[in-house]
Amino acid sequence: MSALRRVSWDRIVPLLALATVVLGSFQHKKFLTDGNMTFLVQSIGEIGLIALSMTFLIICGEIDLSVSSIAALSSCMLGFTWQHTGSVWVSIVVAIVVGGLCGALNGWLVTGLGLQSLAVTIGTLALYRGLCYALLGDRRLKPFPAWFTSLNFRKVFGTWVPYVGVLVVVLAIAFGVVLHATPFGRRVFSIGQSKDAARFVGIPVGKVIFRLFVVNGLMSGLAGVVYTIRFASSRPDGAVGMELEVIAAALFAGVSIFGGVGTIWGVLSAVFFLGAIRSLLRLNSLSANELTIVTGSLLLCAVIVPAIGSRLSNRTRRASPPAAPAVSTPNRSDPGHQPQEKQHA
Amino acid sequence: MRKQYIRLATVGAVALLASAASSGTTPATTAGTTAATTAAAGTTAGTAAAIAPAAIKEGLTIAVIPKAINNAYFDAAYAGAQKACAAIKATCEQVGPTEATGAAQVEFINTEIQKGVNAIVISAADADSVAPSLQQAKAQGIAVVTYDADVNDTTARSAMIKPTTPDLIATSQDKWISDSIGPDGGEIAILSAAATAENQNAWIELMKADLAANYPKLTLVDVVYGDDDAAKSAEKAAALLQAHPNLKGIIAPTTVGVAAAAKYISGSEYKGKVQVTGLGLPSEMKAYLKDGTVKVVGLWDPGMLGYLGVYAAGIVASGGDVSTGINVDGTSYAADDKGVIVVGPPAEFTADNVDQFTF
Repeated sequence: MSALRRVSWDRIVPLLALATVVLGSFQHKKFLTDGNMTFLVQSIGEIGLIALSMTFLIICGEIDLSVSSIAALSSCMLGFTWQHTGSVWVSIVVAIVVGGLCGALNGWLVTGLGLQSLAVTIGTLALYRGLCYALLGDRRLKPFPAWFTSLNFRKVFGTWVPYVGVLVVVLAIAFGVVLHATPFGRRVFSIGQSKDAARFVGIPVGKVIFRLFVVNGLMSGLAGVVYTIRFASSRPDGAVGMELEVIAAALFAGVSIFGGVGTIWGVLSAVFFLGAIRSLLRLNSLSANELTIVTGSLLLCAVIVPAIGSRLSNRTRRASPPAAPAVSTPNRSDPGHQPQEKQHA
Repeated sequence: MRKQYIRLATVGAVALLASAASSGTTPATTAGTTAATTAAAGTTAGTAAAIAPAAIKEGLTIAVIPKAINNAYFDAAYAGAQKACAAIKATCEQVGPTEATGAAQVEFINTEIQKGVNAIVISAADADSVAPSLQQAKAQGIAVVTYDADVNDTTARSAMIKPTTPDLIATSQDKWISDSIGPDGGEIAILSAAATAENQNAWIELMKADLAANYPKLTLVDVVYGDDDAAKSAEKAAALLQAHPNLKGIIAPTTVGVAAAAKYISGSEYKGKVQVTGLGLPSEMKAYLKDGTVKVVGLWDPGMLGYLGVYAAGIVASGGDVSTGINVDGTSYAADDKGVIVVGPPAEFTADNVDQFTF
């Protein structure tokens, strides 16, 4: 009980990921092989990238459901620009910029017009996807050059690590530092705790949120580029449903949907954990139907377990008042304590 | 929820797939079924040089990857694959995503590569996305064969099993209506899907050309569109009968249309006087075949796709060559220069044989 109380969920998730790798390596001899690990990292690359910026948004109490559509639109723009300019580099830049513009539109609708991000991004989810079809329809584009699509299979210095793995880790460190060790990161948590309080202490709430939407758009655009490389094609129906995988990973990592709580390492671990579980189950020949059930159950557990933990700790606190100060030490990045803080707020 | 919709859509797509022949092709005989169908397939292949049967190793592991699972069309194809696997003593497994996207399929292809299967038989959910992964599989010595839907990069697989060809679909339907009406001929009409349906329009053009060339006694008087909606298709059929009192037959090159027309006519005074044929699912057309409204309909048998797919994959995995075609159960199936192997004309369903088909 006391362990549940002290060890917060975002610290459990990396352990879960590690345990999965260790147990998985005993359970199936093909699991911890170079080849499988390469595939595993490739399969979670795009989700990992978007999850980094999405974590910031959710901590702010906002959400962006349009990320998969942005990624698809970027991918389509990449193909479209490649078709017309013949330059892959120009196309990559255009793709990422388009992602940023999509994010900026989301951000403006939310902060400029004061609309709810959930409603806005349900709308732009459809809008951006529609633009994909308008742009490409069912036309076939000329194939991308081989050096570009083979980036997917290239590995770092002869190891099993694919390029996308390095990209995610480097960006994760950058996002982690900004969130957990800079004034900007503290502002993000403050906004998530209470927008009014944040405004009261002089934080430019709208500006911060707008920027986060733009960054989220850029990251989705980048994910779109990675996606295009991985599948060697631009398709209007690309990345469908990815927003749910991103948000699921964030919530699994204990990022509070109400804002104010979450960590980058937790989210990254959750992305890896969910990918590893799926890989292991697939190796064991579970069908896609069973996979869906397992993933859903895991997500429920991730919501239920910390909730039970905090209930228990609340009860303990009421039963033994002297313990209270230690438990309620404010730690805004600690999801395990989130419910109490919300109650006190 | 999104996934669920997609799943529903895929299930619904069975009929669509069947009627639209998304892969643009053909027919089939069920693995080892009627002599009639086998003979039909034999004739098509008979024009090509005979191909010697190739040796297949025992104990191969073969992964069959449909566009999506929970789909009756692909389950029927897999039933055929299992028959072939039993025949060549291989271990078969069907794995695949719940949503029909290339991206989702890639995860499964990668896993099968890791498992070290000997062969992958796949229906590409999209023609581009799966190609890089299939190339990887090939590079690792895994035999790759596509069925039902091909990849654009044809070097990513050794062979493609195609159900039929638009030409065969068109000429078969003309033959069925001619056989149903009898030697005197008369006026016929076509009840199609949507006016914009590409596959149907292509078939109709081919049917017109074939009618003009080979059936001087049949006159095509009208083409109407029921939009693959049962109620609308029945209305259109009724309107056709009103507008053309001398009408002798209706061809509906869509599963929805042919079932709707048959249902309408079976309950009307026209039963037995106006013939109906087209592309129909045996399960849906059984009642009308048995009650005499319809003499013959047809469709490609998805089981044959899985059946020949597994054989081709088994040959490649055993070090054999399928670039000129394959010989299965004594029948030669020739491959074209792109490695495409056509099963043959659509299977024909009559009151006598319809019970043998399970889709």
